[in-house]
Amino acid sequence: MKYRNAWLCSVLALLGTAAFANAETPSVIAIRNARIVTVSGPVIAKGTIVMRNGLIEAVGASVQAPADAWIVEGEGLTVYPGMIDGLSTLGLPNAASMDAAPTGRRGGGAPPADAPATPAFPAAPPVTAAIARGPEDRPSNTSYLLAADQVSPTDRRLDAARSAGFTSAVTFPNRGIFAGQGAVVNLAGQKAGNMVLESPAGLYLSMRSSGFGSGYPSSIMGVIAYIRQIYLDADQYKTAKEIYATNPLGNNRPAYDKTLEGVLSAPRVLIPASNPKEIERMLRLAQELKLKAVLYGGEEAHRATDVLKQFNGTMLVNLKWPEKARDADPETTDSLRALEMRDKAPSTPAALAKAGVKFAFYAGAVDRPQDVGRAVKRAIDAGLSADAAIRAMTLGVAEIYGVANRLGSLDKGKIANIVVTKGDLFQDRPDVKYVFIDGTKYDPAAETPAAGAEATR
Amino acid sequence: MKTAFLFLLGALCLPAAPPIVIQNANVLTITKGSFKGSVVIQDGKIIAVGEKVDIPAGAQIIDAGGQYLMPGIIDAHSHIAADSINEGAVSVSSMVGIEDVLNPEDIAIQRALAGGVTTANILHGSANSIGGKCMVIKTRWGKDTAGIQFEGAKPGIKFALGENPKRQGMPTTTGRRGGGADTANLRYPGTRMGVEDVIRQAFTEAKQYQAEWKEYEAKKARGQIVIPPRRDLKLEPLVEVLEGKRLVHAHCYRADEILMLLRVADDFGFKIKTLQHVLEGYKVAKEIAAHGAGASTFSDWWAYKVEAFDAIPYNAAIMHKKGVLVSLNSDSAELMRRLNTEAGKTVKYGGLTETEALALITINPAKQLDLDHRIGSIEAGKDADLVIYDKHPLSSFAKVQKVLIDGQVYFDRDKDISDRNQMETKKKQLLEKEKQQAPQQKKQGGAARRPV
Repeated sequence: MKYRNAWLCSVLALLGTAAFANAETPSVIAIRNARIVTVSGPVIAKGTIVMRNGLIEAVGASVQAPADAWIVEGEGLTVYPGMIDGLSTLGLPNAASMDAAPTGRRGGGAPPADAPATPAFPAAPPVTAAIARGPEDRPSNTSYLLAADQVSPTDRRLDAARSAGFTSAVTFPNRGIFAGQGAVVNLAGQKAGNMVLESPAGLYLSMRSSGFGSGYPSSIMGVIAYIRQIYLDADQYKTAKEIYATNPLGNNRPAYDKTLEGVLSAPRVLIPASNPKEIERMLRLAQELKLKAVLYGGEEAHRATDVLKQFNGTMLVNLKWPEKARDADPETTDSLRALEMRDKAPSTPAALAKAGVKFAFYAGAVDRPQDVGRAVKRAIDAGLSADAAIRAMTLGVAEIYGVANRLGSLDKGKIANIVVTKGDLFQDRPDVKYVFIDGTKYDPAAETPAAGAEATR
Repeated sequence: MKTAFLFLLGALCLPAAPPIVIQNANVLTITKGSFKGSVVIQDGKIIAVGEKVDIPAGAQIIDAGGQYLMPGIIDAHSHIAADSINEGAVSVSSMVGIEDVLNPEDIAIQRALAGGVTTANILHGSANSIGGKCMVIKTRWGKDTAGIQFEGAKPGIKFALGENPKRQGMPTTTGRRGGGADTANLRYPGTRMGVEDVIRQAFTEAKQYQAEWKEYEAKKARGQIVIPPRRDLKLEPLVEVLEGKRLVHAHCYRADEILMLLRVADDFGFKIKTLQHVLEGYKVAKEIAAHGAGASTFSDWWAYKVEAFDAIPYNAAIMHKKGVLVSLNSDSAELMRRLNTEAGKTVKYGGLTETEALALITINPAKQLDLDHRIGSIEAGKDADLVIYDKHPLSSFAKVQKVLIDGQVYFDRDKDISDRNQMETKKKQLLEKEKQQAPQQKKQGGAARRPV
């Protein structure tokens, strides 16, 4: 009997923490006497922050905790806005892996001429049954998919991300060239609908081709031509619909095209670009097609600050710094170019900050969410200021996606997404004490398993 | 654009760069004879050439020490400096272009430069009857994508005949019930007849497309409210070919298919600018000359595929003597570094003069790219794209000493050799640094790493 009770208790406890943590969290919480990094303003050395009904009610050095608040003693703790993963698949249980940049090989060396770009994710499932013979077939185009429609609070990776201090993510369908539209989501919610803050947040593009011998497009060149044709078609589609709406007599009606509807509804476009040639290429393409582009990748963007400035580019920097290939042949040494690429990649954020290029971070394929702190620390060690670092992980992301009016900093009225740490958030082993999402407390898991990678498979 | 910007900046704000004089050189002008003399360069252009020239005040002097000075080599057929070459999924891939995938950091650019090449036509591959758009580059090593493009070069497009474009792919057996071969993925055409059909069909469509737009413009001009036609990136370049605004470079081997293409072009009213490879060109040289097509061939490659069995090393010389504008090309990042010795072979096979031989890799390819007003010979008014060889460039012992593009030194053999040591030292340092960091990272890694 006794044994059975204990078993029951532990199951209940597990359910309580893992699923919808702390349903009993009071609606008013105050953290007092803590160091508060507001991001939007100066750091408050000792102050109080009050959350009520999921929003930040007050923050400041002289703020008093209300009488009805549940008090958290913040002595010796630091309060940050929750981290926002700037480009992710969190909350999408069936997303493909984010293992590599979708533009080419990682870790060094240029891909051999005409090698198909390393499939960063498993090959996109064919959208049409027949092999695509041109852009008219709309291959690899699911621009109409909305992450907001697919997001789920039961994605097993959410717990690990929350435990590392992430409270939000901009999450995207990521299969195919026109993969679909992202959403800004909170990483917890009673229902899927409660998680979504903004949708659509942007259209995710990749440069993945089908490879030689399969359908169109089978090369990077083909992918770019395809993207160009889609945007020309979208332009014509829009014009045709407008003309037809007012002049239906004597004009043939334009055929409904869901892929073009998707393209036209995107507020911005996420485009991969890792090195100077790709950055220049994609900035020029975006200019030509009049796209509001956000580049992602950027390992070698430190060599492309001039062109980024020239085109007023925005960069989401992948925090998965390139590493030596794990199974490299011990007999061969990498080229100087590959060695320099790996050595200099973490200096990219500092270089972008110095040049005044708008940028933010995304966790990319960082092995485990708790490794993000170390990855950011490497950028700080390479010259990035601590202020710029926390900004690139919070408000900077919110600004890029146009949600800075409700997210990304500790200001009155904003969504109460907060992370409380002992010591600095960006270090080898950040000590996350509390995480609040919409003012609800989530306890960090004691020892996170390796990222719940199974959920991605 | 960047180059233009810098140029503008230079012109506006800074005192003009000093003129450069290359003196005491064996000048091989290609078009105006050879002599011992000097070349004067100002603002990237050659302004004077001769045995005796006036040396402008403040000029920077490069003493060639009696070595050989020739115009920069032009490779009319190359596939370097691009991230992809073939869009093989379709038989007409004119919607794609090399410009979209230029890679200014391809080391082959530097190697070509070190072999005296200053201009190259980067062609799409030969997987399609009508291939993608080409891009002419200068080997300005160190410049960005915009910086290596040959500004103002006329656009081109690749066609291909014969074995390559009629490859249909392999039937697949996967995913088919019963395991039978699935031919749905096979690409048309599968024969030479089919290649002709694909080209004719494409140009028929292009003419319709052209007419469709003209009709739209006419209706619009009459004040009618009409829906504009869809812009078609596949057909637009073909319309440009029909209008003479885009040069056709056609990969071909056999005499019959060469004649076929010339007939197709005549039927549709456009010109073939160059035939590429054209290994049986010697059989139909008069017909090629009558059409006005150039020929860009190999020196002495043959029998590497069935359609190359009838090739002979006299091809270039015979076509030249029959009035065809001939050039030699590399089609290879390796051969590209020694096109001078390829040219030398035509002296042995066919008895061309030294100047005629060198013309095959300089002024002739310049004409084939419609760029002979800019490059291809040492003449006043042309771009200062120049190569200094220590021996006569037709000698297989000749080594490139210096290469100038637009009057700037982009390759210097002595500097290159000393740079190699520095790079080696730097590489060792980085390897050591990474080795020291490695165990530390391993320790930090902790639990098994898996993709998230």
